[in-house]
Amino acid sequence: MKSSITAKSLHASYDSSSVLKNVSFSVEKGEFFILIGPNGSGKTMLLRILSRTLPLESGTLDIEGIPMDRYSRRALARIIALVPQSVPEDLPFTVRELVLMARSPRMGLLGLERDHDIRHAEEAMAFTQVENLTERKMDQLSGGERQRVFIARAICQEPEIILLDEPTAALDLAHQVRIMDLMEKLREEKGLTVIMVSHDINLAAMYGNRLMLLKKGRIVKLGRPAEVLTFETLEETYECPLLVGESPLGDFQQVTLVPKKFIREDLQAVSKQGTGPINDPKRI
Amino acid sequence: MTHSKPRILQRISVISLLLLLVLAVTMVMGLSMGSTGSNIKETLFSLFGLKKADPMLETIIWRIRLPRVCLATLVGAALSLGGLVFQALLRNPLAEPYILGISSGSGIGAILGILIGLAPFPGVSIAAFAGSMATLALLLFMTSGRAMIRKNMLLLSGVMVNAFCAAFIMFLISITQDDRLHNILFWLMGDLSMADLPQVWLLTAVVLPCAVLIFCLSNTMNLFLMGRELAQTMGVNIKVTTSILLIATSVMVSATVAACGPIGFVGLVIPHLLRLGIGPDHRILVPACFLGGSAYVVLCDILARTLPEQGEMPAGVITAMIGAPLFIILLKKSAT
Repeated sequence: MKSSITAKSLHASYDSSSVLKNVSFSVEKGEFFILIGPNGSGKTMLLRILSRTLPLESGTLDIEGIPMDRYSRRALARIIALVPQSVPEDLPFTVRELVLMARSPRMGLLGLERDHDIRHAEEAMAFTQVENLTERKMDQLSGGERQRVFIARAICQEPEIILLDEPTAALDLAHQVRIMDLMEKLREEKGLTVIMVSHDINLAAMYGNRLMLLKKGRIVKLGRPAEVLTFETLEETYECPLLVGESPLGDFQQVTLVPKKFIREDLQAVSKQGTGPINDPKRI
Repeated sequence: MTHSKPRILQRISVISLLLLLVLAVTMVMGLSMGSTGSNIKETLFSLFGLKKADPMLETIIWRIRLPRVCLATLVGAALSLGGLVFQALLRNPLAEPYILGISSGSGIGAILGILIGLAPFPGVSIAAFAGSMATLALLLFMTSGRAMIRKNMLLLSGVMVNAFCAAFIMFLISITQDDRLHNILFWLMGDLSMADLPQVWLLTAVVLPCAVLIFCLSNTMNLFLMGRELAQTMGVNIKVTTSILLIATSVMVSATVAACGPIGFVGLVIPHLLRLGIGPDHRILVPACFLGGSAYVVLCDILARTLPEQGEMPAGVITAMIGAPLFIILLKKSAT
């Protein structure tokens, strides 16, 4: 399968403190690739490097086989679209206007949209089921609706790769599943490569083709969910007590956090199914 | 889905034509009205060459009122566009060259230009431009980093810069003893009465290309509203675009300030009113602000000429009397 992204020995930093250290990976075309890891592990920074909103200190990054720095900003915007974690809340545009603006990299300097631009915007809004909101102002939408509109905006950009920074954060359970199903549909029906940052390990296990676990700017493990989400790896990475078991839904892991009140004196976590080991009592 | 709204080009054309009509009406009013009385019919006859008017009236219309109305048109267009650009770049509806102190900075440059005996053009204009850029740089330095996020920080910095510039202008006035003092004081009033046609042509040559450049970047200004990061991922080169917009706006505003002194709040009132009426799309707002701002300053100048029973007052007084209350309303609204 052809590679969408190939990264070799990436190094990057914020204000002289190194955040990403020697990160190498590749993402296949049409893959659902999820970045997980504790806070400050460099996930969002990596996403910003992939969207070229943050400069790379060293290393090579190829997009569709071509070094990223050979692309102009407009050319890159025709390949990669970003759904950021937070967007200005006081956006004065309607849903329709906002989605249509995503055609900018494909329009002339004045941004005068043509029929096919409007058609793309309508398709994107239908795909994300926000077509009933088209004339609503952005500041009148709920969190879930806003997120779907921003995904519609990214789809309307007609990219090959879509980057999402914690798209399910601050959403209720139903909306989380809806957004993840939408990403799955996007990958299956449109053949897009989806790269997502997530703090929700269980959603990552259910939807990701491959996961990349980061800690302090380094890759801890990269592979299929079953390879990455092992008790030892997660416990060492997150440094907190947890249980890793098989999900009742299928052949993938389910991770359960273990609060202090559920931990017995013999350092075994208690659950309905039985007990699980807790490694280091000093950390509890 | 049906297209309930007309296509963007149609909207730009319809709104621009409507505002052009408003501008034409205010310009005819501006040519007809003044301290010597008003005569719209005779003015129209004179304009279209249908009937020879009284020679005195002909002189007043063509030599005095026409340059003044044209100057007001250009000043209104430049200041209104200036406000619109600053509001988009700084993502703050209260940003405006006058409130942020950029007009005052330009004023310092212009006064220094007058004091060292530079020609009005290009000498004083270049000095005014240097003053505005220095003020802008100071303002951006003061509000850089995290503070930039807080809207009030920007406004507060603007107030401080304005106060500093005002004090510096007072200092320059206090050390000036000769007839240059008269020139400076008259200029500081924000007055359009000294307009002449060569000055109008020069200002046209500065304002028009800048306005065209800003119109070309109007779609990019829409993308700026989504935040810098997202704008970058949609193909915008932030540094280049911001530089072009800031330089074009500062050139326009400083040329205006050099021509007629600081006229405040135009860049606040017009973009805000037009945004309420026609929405936030800069592709429509740029031409609308150009035409609407022109009509507004022409109208304010008519009021400045006709309201006092004797003589006239500077147009800047009228724009401030309308703009300052609106600024307070907007500030209260943005705080809630």
